[in-house]
Amino acid sequence: MSEDDERQQSLPSDIEFISNKARNCNATGSGSGHPEFQSAYPDQVLENVLENVLHFLTSKRDRNAASLVCKSWYRVEALTRYELFIGNCYAVSPVRATTRFTGVRAFHLKGKPRFADFNLMPPDWGAHFNPWALAMAKAYPWLEKVHLKRMSVTDDDLATLAGLFVGFKELVLVCCDGFGTSGLAIFVNKCRQLRVLDLIESEVIDDETDWISCFPEGESHLESFIFDCVECHINFEALEKLVARSPSLKKLRLNRHVSIGQLYRLMIRAPQLTHLGTGSFSHSEIAGQGDQEPDYVNAFVACKSLVCLSGFREIVPDYMPVIYPVCANLTSLNFSYANITAEQLKPVISKCHKLRIFSVLDSICDEGLQAVAATCKELCELRVFPVDAREDSDGPVSDVGLQAISEGCRKLQSILYFCQRMTNAAVIAMSKNCPDLVVFRLCIMGRHRADHVTGEPMDDGFGAIVMNCKKLTRLAVSGLLTDKAFDYIGRHGKLLRTLSVAFAGNSDMGLKYVLQGCPQLQKLEIRDSPFGDAALCSGLHHYYNMRFLWMSSCSLTRHGCQEIARAMPHLVVEVIRSADEEMDDDIEILYMYRSLEESRTDAPRFVTIL
Amino acid sequence: MEVNYDNGLNLKATELRLGLPGSDEPERQTTPRSNKRTLSEISSSGVTDDGNDYQQDSAPPAKEQVVGWPPIRSYRKNCIHATGRYVKVSVDGAAYLRKIDLKVYRSYPDLLKALENMFKLTIGAYSEREGYNGSGYAPTYEDKDGDWMLVGDVPWEMFISSCKRLRIMKGSEARGLGCV
Repeated sequence: MSEDDERQQSLPSDIEFISNKARNCNATGSGSGHPEFQSAYPDQVLENVLENVLHFLTSKRDRNAASLVCKSWYRVEALTRYELFIGNCYAVSPVRATTRFTGVRAFHLKGKPRFADFNLMPPDWGAHFNPWALAMAKAYPWLEKVHLKRMSVTDDDLATLAGLFVGFKELVLVCCDGFGTSGLAIFVNKCRQLRVLDLIESEVIDDETDWISCFPEGESHLESFIFDCVECHINFEALEKLVARSPSLKKLRLNRHVSIGQLYRLMIRAPQLTHLGTGSFSHSEIAGQGDQEPDYVNAFVACKSLVCLSGFREIVPDYMPVIYPVCANLTSLNFSYANITAEQLKPVISKCHKLRIFSVLDSICDEGLQAVAATCKELCELRVFPVDAREDSDGPVSDVGLQAISEGCRKLQSILYFCQRMTNAAVIAMSKNCPDLVVFRLCIMGRHRADHVTGEPMDDGFGAIVMNCKKLTRLAVSGLLTDKAFDYIGRHGKLLRTLSVAFAGNSDMGLKYVLQGCPQLQKLEIRDSPFGDAALCSGLHHYYNMRFLWMSSCSLTRHGCQEIARAMPHLVVEVIRSADEEMDDDIEILYMYRSLEESRTDAPRFVTIL
Repeated sequence: MEVNYDNGLNLKATELRLGLPGSDEPERQTTPRSNKRTLSEISSSGVTDDGNDYQQDSAPPAKEQVVGWPPIRSYRKNCIHATGRYVKVSVDGAAYLRKIDLKVYRSYPDLLKALENMFKLTIGAYSEREGYNGSGYAPTYEDKDGDWMLVGDVPWEMFISSCKRLRIMKGSEARGLGCV
C-alpha cells in the first residue's frame, strides 16, 4: 500500500475480496515465474502478458494507477511489485501489506512524524519496526533491502533481519533509534551478502561492543558503509582491515572519532571511493606532535572518482587545502558541521564549479554565500544551518545572502535557509530568479519577525514563491505571517504536497485557505498557530487524501477533534500530551492520519485515540 | 504597517495589548512542557542585551525559549557545540561582558580560577551542600533548557555541552543561591 492508494473509493472491503483471490491464484511471487494453471481464468494469457509488462513499471505512482484499472490488473500488479513503499507505518497493518504484495524484495517504511525530531512529542510514541520485521520474515524470505525512516528498531530486529533473510543486502536507517552497537554487531556478522549499511542521523546506543570487528572475514561485498552519526569510538584497526578487503566499496562516511591520520590510511586503501565522509578532519587527542604528517594531498589526488565529500566534524582549517585536488569534480559537498569563515571557504568553493548539492553553516556569513553564488552555477540544493540555533542569536546570514544565491544559482531546486533577518524583496527575487524551485524552506529563527527593512509581514515574499515557482511541492514558512500568506498558498500552491507552518496566521481562515485550496496536499504540519476547530472541519473533504496532519499548540479542543473522528471512520485521530499532563479540553498535539486499520494497539498512555 | 484582514471585522486592531501595532501573538506561546522561569526575569535586567539591532515587533518581556524551535535536531545542536565552545560571561556590576572558550578548561577548578583572574574577584570553592557560600559571588550558567543553574552541580562534560552562557552573581542574590 502506498501513499496514493487510499482514495475514497478503495474501501477495505474491496481489498479484502481481492486479496482472497490473490491467495487462490497460487503465485510464487516471483516476477518471472508463471502462475500454475489451476483455476481457469479466462484471461490467463492476458495476465501473463500483463505480468511481464508490469515488470517494467517501477514508479510507485504508476503502479498505483495500474492497480486501479481492474481486478485483474490489481492482482497482477500486486504480484509484480518488488519495491514496496509505506509512508506511514500505521496506515496499514503488516499482515494486510504482506498479504497483498507477495513478491516484495525492497521495503521502505516511515514512522514518526517529522516534528518528533524536535522534541515536540514524548519519546516512545510508537513506530516500532518489530511487527513488520516479523511479518516480513514470514512473507518475504527473499527480502533484500530495507529502508526505514523515523522508526524504532531494536537489536532483536537487527538480528531478525540478518538471521532470517539469507540474501539480505541493504539496510538504510534514517533518523531511527532503539538499537545499539550490540545489535549492529549481530547484524554485520550474520549478513554475509551485505552491500549497503547506511546509518544516517540515527541514534545508536553505545553498548561498548566492537561491532566493526564483527564483519565476517574474507572478501566483503560492501559498496556503501555510512556510520557518521554513530557517536561511539570504533576499532580503527578492524575498520582498516575491512576497507582493505572491500574492493567494491564506493561510499564511506566515517564518524567523528576517526582522525585525519586514520582517514589517510583508509583513503590510500580505497582510492575507488566516490563518496567520502571524512570524520573529524583533525588530529586525535593523542596524536604525537613530532610525527611526520602523511601526504594528505596525495591521498585526495589518488581518489579520482570522488564526487561527494562530507564530514569535517572537528575541522582544523589548516587542513582545508588538502581537498583542493578533488574540488573540481565534486557534485556534493557537506560542510554543515564545519564552523568555518567566509575566508576559509572561498579557496575551496571557488574551485567547485560542478557543485550541485551544498550544505554549510551560517558561519560563512553573507559573504560566503556570495562566493558560492559566484562559482556554483550548477547548484541544485542548498542548506544553510545555524551555528547558534537559538531565537535570539546573532544572524550572520540574511536577505543579502539569499539574494546573492538567487542571482548566482539560477538552477536552484531546493533550499533550506536558517536566518534571523529577511526581507520580502529577497524572497521575491528568489521566486523570480529560481523558477525551478521544488522545495523552499525558509526559517526565520526569531518568531513573528517581520521584513527587517519595511516592517511588513512576510506574506508577499512567500506569496511570490507560490506564484512564481510553478513546480513547488514543498514549502516551509516562517516570520510574521498573516492569513493573507495562506490565501496566496491556497490560491497558487496547486502542486504543494508538504507544508510546514509555525507561529503564523491570524485566524481559522488561514488554515481554511490551505485545506480548501491545495488539492495535492499530503503532509501538513503546524505548530503554535491560532487555528481552531472550525478550520479543522473545513478539511474533511481532503483528509483521506493526505498522509497526515499535525497540529500542536494551536486552538483545538477535544470536542472539535472528536467531531472529526466521528465524521471520518478511516482517520486515526491521536491526541498526544506531555507525559505528565492530565487530559483536558485543550489539545496539545493532534496527529491524525488515514488508515485501513482500527486504531493501533501499541499506543502509550500519553496518547489518546478518539 | 498595513495589515490586511479578509474578514469584515477587524477586531484585532482595537484589541488592547502590549506590543507594536501590526505585530501578533500566537494563542499559545509555548507548549506546557516548557521551562520554569526562575532566574531569567532577574537576569534580563542585570545582563546586557544580545545586541540585536533589528527590532522585534512584539515586545517580549523575557526571551522565552520555546521547545523545538528553531527546528534543528538536537544531534546537530550538540555536534556544532562540540567544537570551540565560546560562551559569554557577565559579572553583575561589570560594564561589559567577556567571552571564554570552555573547551580550553579541563575542570571546574580550572574554569573558576580563570574567571577569578579575568574579573579580579574571588569565587571560592564549591561545596554540594552550600554552593559557594562565603565568597559573595556565585557562578551560574544558563543551560540548554533556558534555566539558570549553579556551576558545579553536574559532571564537567555535561556542563560543557549544556552551558550557553555564564553569569557571576554577586551580593545577596548569590548568598540566596548558596543556601539552596
